[in-house]
Amino acid sequence: MRFKQAPVLVGMLVLALLLAACGGASPAAPTESPGQNTPQAQTGATQAPVAATGNTLQVVRDRGQLICGVNNQLPGFGSVDAQGNFNGFDIDFCKAIAAAVFGDATKVQYRPLSAQERFPAVQTREVDVLIRNTTWTVSRDTTVGLDFAPTTFYDGQGMMVRKADNISSLEDMDGASVCVQSGTTTELNLADSFRSRNLQLNAVVFETHDAAVAAYDEGRCDGFTTDKSGLVSTLVKLRNPADHVILDVTMSKEPLGPAVLQGDTQWKDIVTWVVFGLFNAEELGVTQANVESMLNSDDPNIRRLLGVEGELGQGLGLDNDFMVDVIKAVGNYGEIYDRNLGPNTPFNLPRGINAQWTDGGLIYGPPFR
Amino acid sequence: MASTGLSPEYHRRIPFYRNVKTLAILAQVVFILLVGLLFWYLYSNMVEGMRRSNIPSGFDFLDDTAGFPISEGIAYEPTDTYARAFVVGLVNTLRVSALGIVLATLLGIVIGIARLSSNWLLRTVASAYVQLIRNIPLIVLLIFIFVGVILKLPRVRDAVGIEGVLLLSNRGLAMAWPRSSDSYNLWVPWLVGSLVVGVVVYEARRRYLKRVDRPGASLPWALLAMFGVIVLGAVITTLISGRFPLVLDRPRPAGFNLVGGTALTGEFFALLMGLTLYTAAFIAEIVRGGILAVSKGQREAARALGLTPAQTMRLVIFPQALRVIIPPMTNQYLNLTKNSSLGIAIGYFDLFNVSKTIFNQSGRTVPVIVLVMASYLSISLLTSLIMNIYNRRMRVVER
Repeated sequence: MRFKQAPVLVGMLVLALLLAACGGASPAAPTESPGQNTPQAQTGATQAPVAATGNTLQVVRDRGQLICGVNNQLPGFGSVDAQGNFNGFDIDFCKAIAAAVFGDATKVQYRPLSAQERFPAVQTREVDVLIRNTTWTVSRDTTVGLDFAPTTFYDGQGMMVRKADNISSLEDMDGASVCVQSGTTTELNLADSFRSRNLQLNAVVFETHDAAVAAYDEGRCDGFTTDKSGLVSTLVKLRNPADHVILDVTMSKEPLGPAVLQGDTQWKDIVTWVVFGLFNAEELGVTQANVESMLNSDDPNIRRLLGVEGELGQGLGLDNDFMVDVIKAVGNYGEIYDRNLGPNTPFNLPRGINAQWTDGGLIYGPPFR
Repeated sequence: MASTGLSPEYHRRIPFYRNVKTLAILAQVVFILLVGLLFWYLYSNMVEGMRRSNIPSGFDFLDDTAGFPISEGIAYEPTDTYARAFVVGLVNTLRVSALGIVLATLLGIVIGIARLSSNWLLRTVASAYVQLIRNIPLIVLLIFIFVGVILKLPRVRDAVGIEGVLLLSNRGLAMAWPRSSDSYNLWVPWLVGSLVVGVVVYEARRRYLKRVDRPGASLPWALLAMFGVIVLGAVITTLISGRFPLVLDRPRPAGFNLVGGTALTGEFFALLMGLTLYTAAFIAEIVRGGILAVSKGQREAARALGLTPAQTMRLVIFPQALRVIIPPMTNQYLNLTKNSSLGIAIGYFDLFNVSKTIFNQSGRTVPVIVLVMASYLSISLLTSLIMNIYNRRMRVVER
């Protein structure tokens, strides 16, 4: 009677020990073959058929839909409109991948994920691709088990404060309360930035972006921090946008881009080259409007990009003219940017370092050949 | 063993597969094996899945630097380890749960008794409270309290309350708090002494009451004696050193926040309030049921002896009702503790919130979740153990 529940506790302990045991074993495996890359060494050691990790394209085709992990709370990048449609910069890349795979940009199922849900969702294959303003970092690329496609948006973490507080830099914020979303690199950068400046920080951490913004708007915090792109779209949502100002500090590098599960090189290549294709399309002047006529172009670069020449799509397991479907659906990179973040949107975000390399930016698509 | 009175031949003739006793044991062995296999299948499935997706397992990551901020609870820096962050979360969970249990019990008992009041207004208000709160999901109640009540409090610059003593804003409650002064060390022996005096007085009083065979309380005497020694010590310390052993640290605005004193955050308040209000509604129903379970004759007998209604409740009805109340009360305490994990919705750094951040930053989902489950399980088992002991002590009253 006294310890009726004891077996449960014992069970939990046993489970914990087993986990600890198999955790002890796995780091040992790569050290046996230090020359090899870890993922390959591990798939080799599992005896699991390679096909088990290399069939995402087939799974997506059989399902007839691409499942895309997205944000639904970040206007401009991923949000839901009054009719229940997803739209935004990240959403357009989901559409582009669906167009590449199916020739139809509507065959996407959007899975809104919180910052904390997103990695388990990729790890457990709940989503095929994660395009949810996710920062590319070494730990996510390795221990978290993701593979990153090229960066689609070069961002940096900023800080929003009230004009009335007369804050001009982070140094003025000693002892300030800062609202932040949990489970993000933002949270770590915030701690680092204050620590390196020897400032006292009161972080108020919320699970969702909306909750953090609401608390900031009510004055629970003196500052709100997230990527600058996020700050811009948040500012429009505040009660009195004119009362707030975004400080001229960048606390971090935040390269945002699509991520897939590590281990499926074909699927990663598809996502990678859809993004590069969109970069190239802008550079070569191929747009949603002129893509049909561009099929008759004499420029070999354009002919290869659109699959008129060469068998480049086949190498990815797609049709050779997959970029035609992609561009028809969403336009080129510049068009995606302008539609969601450009001058005709409430955000009016300048291209900055997200301009083409020919214009002094970082957007650079390797050649299609 | 063969006490059935039948001949030994009879037993010998039954093959083992038709012997009920053998079959019963066999069935149990098979059942255990099946359950074991099921668990083994689930476990190996998880391990295989984790390996296939390259999800690392093991607990070695707990020694790594956490790097994320936690601004609630015991001392913690972002440079501390994940293990320390986990402990901070655990302590925060225990803090809000323990306080919540005490407050919910008090409020629940009051409302439960009020529901049986002969006063129409009191009865109706109590019953409306129970119906309203019991039928709202806790998460809705929590978010309502946080967004609708706490965040709507004045901003920190316009904090309301008594300047320098108690200041309420939407960042929480800042309070003046005693801190030790230079002469504190001189005072410590008196504090220890007061404890000794307290025990001595308690024992002496108890023996005296037993000797003269009269009812009476010993604890108030002991507490009074302790208080006397502590005050005397403070006065003498002040006379010797010229400084009072404690100084009052007052909250004052500095920079962006109030500094000094001690503070309870708005998130902590909201969670505590939500858990207390919610659980109290359930406890009230348990208390009401327990009181109704005491037979009517008890009350009538007590009243016939001339006890006032309050005395009847305190001395006759409630002690008997306790026996019915305690077992379901344990359930409510466990619920309250587990429900504290909803603090994540309003930004309270409880065990679950911190753990989610840990596994998001480290990528070790399964080990962290196992740790979280083990922690909640341990807390729950400990709570029910304490309640079971208390329950058994209460049952001794029964004849």
